[in-house]
Amino acid sequence: MLKTVLIVLFCLSAITSLALAAEDSSPDALISLVHQDCGSCHGMTLKGGLGPDIRPGALAHYDIETLSTVVLDGIPETAMPPWRPLLSEADAKRIAEYLLRGDMK
Amino acid sequence: MKWVLAVLLTACLSANVSAQSVVSTGDLGLVVERANGSLLLVDQSEHTAIARIEGLGDLSHASLVYSPDQRFAYVFGRDGGLTKVDIVEKRIAGRVVQSGNAIGGAISDDGTLVAVSNYEPGGVRIFDAGTLEMVADIPTGSKTIGLVDAPGRRFVFTLWDAGETWIADLSEGAPNITRIADIGRNPYDALITGDGRLYIAGLFGEDGLTALDLWEETPKPIRVLPEYGRGEAEMPVYKMPHLEGWAKAGNEFVLPAVGHYEVLWIDGKTLEETGRTGTYGQPVFAMARPDGRQVWVNFAHPLNDTIQVIDTLTKTVVHEFKPGPAVLHMEFTPRGHQVWVSVRDAGKVAIYDTRTFEKLGEIEADHPSGIFFTARAHRTGL
Repeated sequence: MLKTVLIVLFCLSAITSLALAAEDSSPDALISLVHQDCGSCHGMTLKGGLGPDIRPGALAHYDIETLSTVVLDGIPETAMPPWRPLLSEADAKRIAEYLLRGDMK
Repeated sequence: MKWVLAVLLTACLSANVSAQSVVSTGDLGLVVERANGSLLLVDQSEHTAIARIEGLGDLSHASLVYSPDQRFAYVFGRDGGLTKVDIVEKRIAGRVVQSGNAIGGAISDDGTLVAVSNYEPGGVRIFDAGTLEMVADIPTGSKTIGLVDAPGRRFVFTLWDAGETWIADLSEGAPNITRIADIGRNPYDALITGDGRLYIAGLFGEDGLTALDLWEETPKPIRVLPEYGRGEAEMPVYKMPHLEGWAKAGNEFVLPAVGHYEVLWIDGKTLEETGRTGTYGQPVFAMARPDGRQVWVNFAHPLNDTIQVIDTLTKTVVHEFKPGPAVLHMEFTPRGHQVWVSVRDAGKVAIYDTRTFEKLGEIEADHPSGIFFTARAHRTGL
């Protein structure tokens, strides 16, 4: 029974991710996501809340690859969730670039 | 001669009253406009916005409480700003930036103290409600959440990192602190019941909640629904749920689960589970209508365009609708006949009849989040 539920859940999340992540989002939509939704925990100005400060100075020890992996897979045992169900890898990379540089190309 | 004086006096008095127009605040409210640091003063009966009050700093995740006379609001901004707003004169009456990063506040039962809970530096600071001068500083060394007022000039709050709840008793002036350990892993928010008796902290780091009976001399942690998610896959949580003093529905409490698409029902006396209701997404607010007959639930990103209404007797969803993109908050009129809903990305506050679910009107607002009616002034824990 549990197995069936898990399979159904997996399929549902796969469908959702396909539906949501199939097309890359516009820069405006991604910037809005960062401030409004990452901002739920990190603060609308990204200076931290329940989650840590994620302004460029605080993230300097990350490279783009590592940071986009954190966005996609979250950090286990913490409140940082995996965003892979909602974001494409390309979008995660653009978000990582935005966080590290403070602007989006 | 006497009657001449009396006539003169009456004339003067009535002239005086009509000169300064009377402002009744009992059916007013404030809507937080999070992006631009402003508040919208609204009239609950007229369904209108009366004024916009600007200059309050970063109001993301802002909340506010009211003075007992319903004239002043104390607004707690994310940037650590504590702003006292005069809603009669529609202006800021005082403002201090009291920390780098704050998360909410409370006002004492006698209306003389305002407390703010802070992430950075972690702890609680307490201010004179009249002057906004700091009267006590209580560092906790931890991000501090779930700050509420409790009867007897007390404040209760909880430490996210340390898993402790502290009770600060200011009935004799300087704070007398009681520390209660073993609340659980990463408590994310807490509520106090309207009678001021039960304090319930929700846990993020483990399944379950922890209750404290504040009527006891030394309250002991009571585990509620430990391991409620056992055996089920956890969903990612894109927004922490909120716990507010609207949890009592009939004889039960209704609370959001974390990492599961459901709300949990527990018996108001025994705190044992009495049921669960599957929901559309990760619940953020599960709010009982003031009479307790219904529970309204909104959801975390990306399912935050929807509200579900649960019937308290059958614990089933009886109504579901989509007010628009990013439903952040709901506020009932004090007797529950209407509900105001902030729809952030549509730039409006929508008003609904809670019995027919008919939409009654809407008000333009700039990225609205929290809605706070002045009737909160007379409720413990709001």
